[in-house]
Formats: sequence, structure tokens, C-alpha cells
Amino acid sequence: MSTPIVVEQLTKRFGSFEAVSDVSFTARGGAITALLGPSGSGKSTVLRMIAGLETPNEGRIWLGDVELTPKSVQERRVGFVFQHYALFRHMTVRQNVEFGLAVRKQSKSDRTARVDELLELVHLTHFAKRYPDQLSGGQRQRVALARALAPRPDVLLLDEPFGALDAKVRQDLRQWLDELHRELGVTSLLVTHDQEEALELANQVVVMHEGAVEQVGSPGEIYDDPKTPFVAGFVGSANVLHGVVRGGHVHLGAFRVPGAEHLTEGAAATAYVRPHDVRIAPKGSNGHGRDGADRALGRVERVSSLGWLARLTIRLDGGGDHMLVAHVPQSELDGAAEGDLVSVDLRNPKAFDHEEVRAQE
Amino acid sequence: MSSAAQTIERSRARLSPRSAARLRRYTLRGVAIVYLGAMVALPVVAVVTRGFGEGFEGIRTALAVPGATAAIRLTLVTSTLASVISAVMGTMLAYALVRYSFPGRRVLSAVVDLPLAIPTLVTGVMLVALYGPNSPIGGALDRIGVQVIFTPTAILLALLVVTLPLVVRSVQPVLQELDTAEEEAAATLGANGWTTFRRVVMPAIRPAILGGTLLTFARCLGEFGSVVLVAGNRAGETLTAPVFIFQLANQFRPVEAAAVATLLFSISFVLVLVTARLLKRKEDDE
Amino acid sequence: MRTPSLLPDVSLPGGGRRRLVRGGIVAACILYVGILLLLPLVGIAYTALESGASKIAETFALPDVRHAFYLTAVITVITVVVTTFFGVVTAWVLVRQRFLGKSLLNALVDLPFALSPVTVGLAAVILFGLGGWLEPFFQARGIQILFALPSMVLVTIFICVPFTIREVVPVLEEIGKDEEDAARTLGASIMQTWRKVTMPNIRWGLLYGIALTTARAIGEIGAVLIVSGLIKGQTETATLFIFTAIEERLYAEAYIVALTLAAVSIVLLVTIETARHRIEGRKGRT
Repeated sequence: MSTPIVVEQLTKRFGSFEAVSDVSFTARGGAITALLGPSGSGKSTVLRMIAGLETPNEGRIWLGDVELTPKSVQERRVGFVFQHYALFRHMTVRQNVEFGLAVRKQSKSDRTARVDELLELVHLTHFAKRYPDQLSGGQRQRVALARALAPRPDVLLLDEPFGALDAKVRQDLRQWLDELHRELGVTSLLVTHDQEEALELANQVVVMHEGAVEQVGSPGEIYDDPKTPFVAGFVGSANVLHGVVRGGHVHLGAFRVPGAEHLTEGAAATAYVRPHDVRIAPKGSNGHGRDGADRALGRVERVSSLGWLARLTIRLDGGGDHMLVAHVPQSELDGAAEGDLVSVDLRNPKAFDHEEVRAQE
Repeated sequence: MSSAAQTIERSRARLSPRSAARLRRYTLRGVAIVYLGAMVALPVVAVVTRGFGEGFEGIRTALAVPGATAAIRLTLVTSTLASVISAVMGTMLAYALVRYSFPGRRVLSAVVDLPLAIPTLVTGVMLVALYGPNSPIGGALDRIGVQVIFTPTAILLALLVVTLPLVVRSVQPVLQELDTAEEEAAATLGANGWTTFRRVVMPAIRPAILGGTLLTFARCLGEFGSVVLVAGNRAGETLTAPVFIFQLANQFRPVEAAAVATLLFSISFVLVLVTARLLKRKEDDE
Repeated sequence: MRTPSLLPDVSLPGGGRRRLVRGGIVAACILYVGILLLLPLVGIAYTALESGASKIAETFALPDVRHAFYLTAVITVITVVVTTFFGVVTAWVLVRQRFLGKSLLNALVDLPFALSPVTVGLAAVILFGLGGWLEPFFQARGIQILFALPSMVLVTIFICVPFTIREVVPVLEEIGKDEEDAARTLGASIMQTWRKVTMPNIRWGLLYGIALTTARAIGEIGAVLIVSGLIKGQTETATLFIFTAIEERLYAEAYIVALTLAAVSIVLLVTIETARHRIEGRKGRT
């Protein structure tokens, strides 16, 4: 069950609208790969094409070394979990889970054993005789999962499986899916617009935007090393600062940030800095070992508590109307309070050419 | 002003808005009750009373009328056959109209409704024009020894034409409302088209099919206009119950006519009750 | 909830066999409808027009034919007016009011569907014929019911009672009381609310019901056949004319009048289809 999914140059058009443009990636065998993107990014369409529920206009799909593209939905042996469960409302939980096995004409005893096994796995053994409309949303989704897994598919496809659920239920199910996957090890492809979900669950993330792939990488890579402005802005929150490139730095008024070596001198550029990469020190201290133009001064406008983190809103001095959000551990606050002047150090900035940024909007 | 008019004036002036509303409500209700009572209930009661006149003896009298049993049997057989065929084809049509796209779909949908608009007698005329002995098709069939007009086949044909829209229009809206996600799920689990239809779609549309078929059957039992011209009306062979009742009425034998009519009506009535109960129980189960 | 897709099957991979099945189903449906409806329509058009333009003109000039069309029109108009007015009132009462016996009233609405038209004619004979329940009342006032216009109108009304009610009820249920309540809180009187809020909302359902009623009234044969007495030039409707013409072997005249009625039905069908689409469009929006 550790077969990888390879997607090659997939394109899908609906009339004149191109929903998916030249998408290629490899979902590693045995891992959870997340297809992450906002609504309309084409991620669901890609998933449905892999399942066979839509036909690509161009491109091919492989499962291991078997080409899926010419096969019908039934032949592909994929497990599919729908956002709104799509449970068979006229059948009991048992009959739902059993469906894929009954269709393949397995013997009654085999089917019963397998269904019992799965109901046990999803903790719904006592609900076997119930009908879908007697179950809660979370329970229905667990049934949907059990149903998809029953025929031992080679790959599990999940289309925003937790989208229709309450936040708390979503959290619980997310954790549970994680454990389940560890146990079963089926190659899984998860479509979601919730980046927290993607970063938490997935081993590998494919970020999509307007039908194209923006970046493929591990959750860490996506977060810390965004390759495009869209990824930088979409994944995790970021401070967006506009400036001009001079000498390998992006100049933002009275100070500058490094990281613009690859950009053209004089060009307009945008730097993205994560809130937790904004370090502060009381004014005048040399705590960061930088000085001069590399160190900015700012006034703390607001401090709010996020548990063990403090969220500071800082207005930067020295020309330009730059507002920053900083996430600082409470332990490192050093008593900084509203109205204080602090020294601000911007770490790990990612700079992009302004043209590139504008093209993404 | 007359004293009556004065009284009305005075009482109207005294009516509060609430009483006015109540008066309005009761008046409307009264109108509806009188309308249905006089226009629908009264005639039915008239026939049934005359038919049951001597108690259930009336039914026995009816069946004793020569030709009655044969007519009723013919009606039941042709109606059942027509209902079954109409149910299958009607469901197929509904499915094709909702789920498939093909050139002429809009036209087909409109044509399906035609029997709702065309007089049943004209349907009979059309069938005679097409299959009668003087027509090209009828003549050709005659030569190879196949007779359509003036046989029970013609009766079946006529019934199929006039009931064409009934099952279709009953099933169509239900099919339209179905979310295809369940069918997609079935496909991902390996079910082919037929299995998916049988196990996922059918349970959802079964009540609609049943309702439409019942309507069809009731319609077939009483169908007159299209049958009277094409059947030939030979006693014991191609004489249906409605035509038989007509003949009895024409021969000034209203009591016997009423008896047979009541029997026919009872069959419809029982069927409606049974199906309504079946549908209600199904709804309660879900 | 995803909107149900029109084509879950077409253009999917592995669709070779599926495409065949789909093609087969569509072909079967087109064939079925073609044989039952289109072919006969063509048949009658051909046969009627075969007689030539002069024969057609001749037929329309016949006083009996003219009177027949006239009589059909009169009966239809009266029926439509009566069933529309009382039908709307009844629909309103059924949807907006709650009272004991409402389900009985509801059942009465559908009762005409369970009866054969000949049974309806029979009921009229029982009520108004010699020795009938209501006969003395009318006899005393010298009013002729049977074998005259009144009975023909009455039976047609009975048969057409359900159409308007059944089409207006779901529309009324669907739009609910909210808009009407809002209008009342804004100071509108009953009549104003009715005219400006309710009527526009039920417009298409009402039109659909009226179209169905018109078609049914024009096409009525079984009941009027029994009560009319077939007095030429006096109590023959268009359908009755066709009936007797066929009996008297005046085939050309019969076919021509039948084709005329078929043409009128097709015009009515356009109205029916338009109304249906408007109703469904509205359902999609809510």
C-alpha cells in the first residue's frame, strides 16, 4: 500500500475556464500529502480527476507504475471521502461500510468480519444498525472513512473531509486521522483550504493557486522557505512590507532588511516577515548585535496575550507607514508595554519582486 | 332603508377587526366546503348509493349482468399491463431527461406532456388513422396477419399513450433533487451503473414511482375516450368496463350501470387507500 | 451541497460501455415516445390534410361543426372561470387554514381522478334524470338540466376540479405566509395583499392549472356523451361531433375536426411548458 501517486501535466477546462493548468507532482507512497489552497484553486478538481470522477483535458495520472488515466472510476480502486459524507441514506451504517465489499461479491462471512474490524477501528461498533440521519456530523464522517477503507484501496482521497464540521470536532478528527494513518500507512491525498490542518497532518504539501502549483515541499519548507509571494502570504501569517531594492537589501524608509540579493537593483520589492521572526529589545540595548540601518525603532501600539505568546502591534519609526505584528514569547517580553519604544529586528525576511507580487493578485 | 339593511349596517359597524377576520375565514371555508361538497361529494354519493342500493347485493347484481365480469376482467388486465410498462418506461424517460444531455431533449420533454393536452378521443382517432385497415401501416400489418385495431392490443396502446406523462412527471422532480454525491461514492466503491441505480437511486425514487403508477392505474381503469374508438367493443372480448357502463347508460339501465360503476370505483378507492398507507409507512420508517 | 451534475456518466474514462448503455436508453425512450405519440400525430395530420383544402373549408363551413366549436368554447370558458375562482379559494383554505375535517376535504379534491368520466355522466343522470334526486326541483321551475347545456357544464366542472387546486396548493405552500404577513404589517388591506403579493406569487402555478383545465375541458368526451343526448346542432361539442361523425362514417370531417383540436392542444402545450419552467425556475431560486 505504499504506492506513490504521480500526476503529470494535468489540465482541466470547463468551457472556456481553465480550472487546472499543467499541474504535476508526486505524492509519496505511504504518506499524507496535502493539496492546500484557497477556494477555486482547483485542488478539488485535481482530486476528482485522480479518482476518475472528472476527465482531464490533458495530462496523465499514475499509481505506482500503473497508469490510471484510461481506467474507469470503478477500476481504479481508490477510497474517496466526500466533504458532505455522501453516505447512502437508505442504508444502515453496516450496509454502508459493507457496500464496496458487496459490490466485489465477497462472501458474507468475509464481509461481516471486515466490517466489524473497521467499525472497531472507527469506534462505531454500537452504531452498526443506525441510519445516517441518526448520527452526528463527526460520526458520519467516520462511517464515510470506514466505508472508503473497507475494500482495502491503494490510495485514500479526502476532499475537505472536515470542512462541514464544528471546530472542536474537526480538531478531534484531525488527530484521529493522524493516528489512523500511522497505523494503516495508506498513501493519502488530502484536499484542504485550512493551512493549519495541512501543516499539522501532512508529510508533504502541494500549495495550489488559481489552478497551478505554487510550491511542493514539507510543511517546514512551505512555512519557512516560501518560494512565491502567494505561498509566503497564504501559509502562516506574514508582515508585508513594501520597499526598494538597493545593494541586496530591501530599503523600507529609514531601515533595511537583507535577502534581496537575487533581485534587480532599484526595483520595487515586497518583503515578507513572519510574526515570530520579529524580535524586540528595549530601546538602546544592543541585544541583537546589529546596529545602524539594520536595526529599526518602533513604538508598541498594542499588546495582547495569546496564551504563552504575546501579540504586539508595532508601528515602525522613520518614514513609511509600516505596521508590524510580532509574536513574542511572554518570557522574552522584558516588560515591554504599550507606548514603549523598542528596537526591532526583522529576521528571515523573504523578498520578492513587486511585479511578481502584483501578478499573483 | 329596509330594516334588514339597517340591521346589517349596524352590525357591520360594530364588527371589530378580529371578528371581521373570523367572518372572512369562515366564509371562505364555507365556500370551499360547499364547492367540493356539491361538485364532488354529491355526485359520488349519488352513484355509490344507487350502486350499493340493495347493499352488497348490488355488487352481485352487477356481476350478474352478462358481460360485466368479462368487461371488468379485461379492464383489470389491460390496466395492470399498461401500468407496469408505463412505470418502467416512465422511469427510464425521467432518468434520461434529468441525467442525460442529447439533441432534442427539450423537445422530447415537451412531447411527453402532450397527452395532458390532447383530447383522449383525438388520441383514439390518431390511432385509428395510423393502424386502421385503410391506413398504410394498418394495411401492411393486416397483410402479414397482424391485427392491431379492434383487439386488446389496441386498448393497451391507447392506455400507454394517454398515461405516458404520469409516471415521468412524478419521478422527474425527485430525481432532479438528488445529490449525485451518493452515486459518485458508489462508483468509487466499485459499483457499475446498474448496481448504483439499483441500490442508491431506486430507494430514493421508489415512492415517486409508486405514486405515479397508482395514478396511471386509476386512469387506465376509467379510460373511455381513447379506448372506445380503437377497441371495437365486442362484448366479452374487447369491451372494457367504462365502455360497458356507457352502453348500459345508453340503454336506459342506470341501476346496472351504477352497480358496475360502483364496483370499478371501489377498486380504485381501495387501491388509493392501500398505496397511501404503504407510502405513509415508508415515510415513517425513514 | 454540490449542485447535482447533469452528466455524471458521460465523458468519464472507461466510458465505452457506459456510452453504449446511455445511447441505448436514449434511443429506447425516443422510440417509445415516437411510436406512441409522434407517429400517430403525423398520421392524423397526413390523413386530415389528404382530403384537400376545399374539403377542409367545406367542413369548417358546416353549421353543425361551427356550433360544435362554439359549444365547446362556451363550456370551456364557464368551466375555467368557475374552477379557477373556487379552486383558488379552496386552495387557500386548504393551505392557510387548520380545521377538523381538512384531510377529508383534501381527499375530495383528488376524488375526480379516481372516477371514470362515464361514471360522472352516470351520476348526473342519477341526480337529474327522471326520478332523480334533484329532478323535481328543476322540473318544477322548468329548467332543463339533462340533454342540455347545464349538465354538460356540470360534469365538465366535476372532472376539472382538481387541476387548479393541485397546482396552486404547492405554490402557496412554498412561498409561505411571510410576504403576506409583511404586507399586512405595512398596512395593506386584505384585498391589497391579495392583489399585490399573493397573486403575483402564485401566477405561474395558476396559469399551469388553468391551461390543464382548458385542455381537459376541451377534450371531455365520456361524461358529456352520456348527458348530452347528442342532439345535432344543439348539444354536440367538438369531441361529440367527432364521435358521431366516425359512427356515421364521415371520416374526412371527423379527422379534420380532430386535427383542429390537436392543433389547439399543441398551443396549450406551449403554455403548459412555459408555466412549468417558470414554476421550476422559481423553485431553484428559493
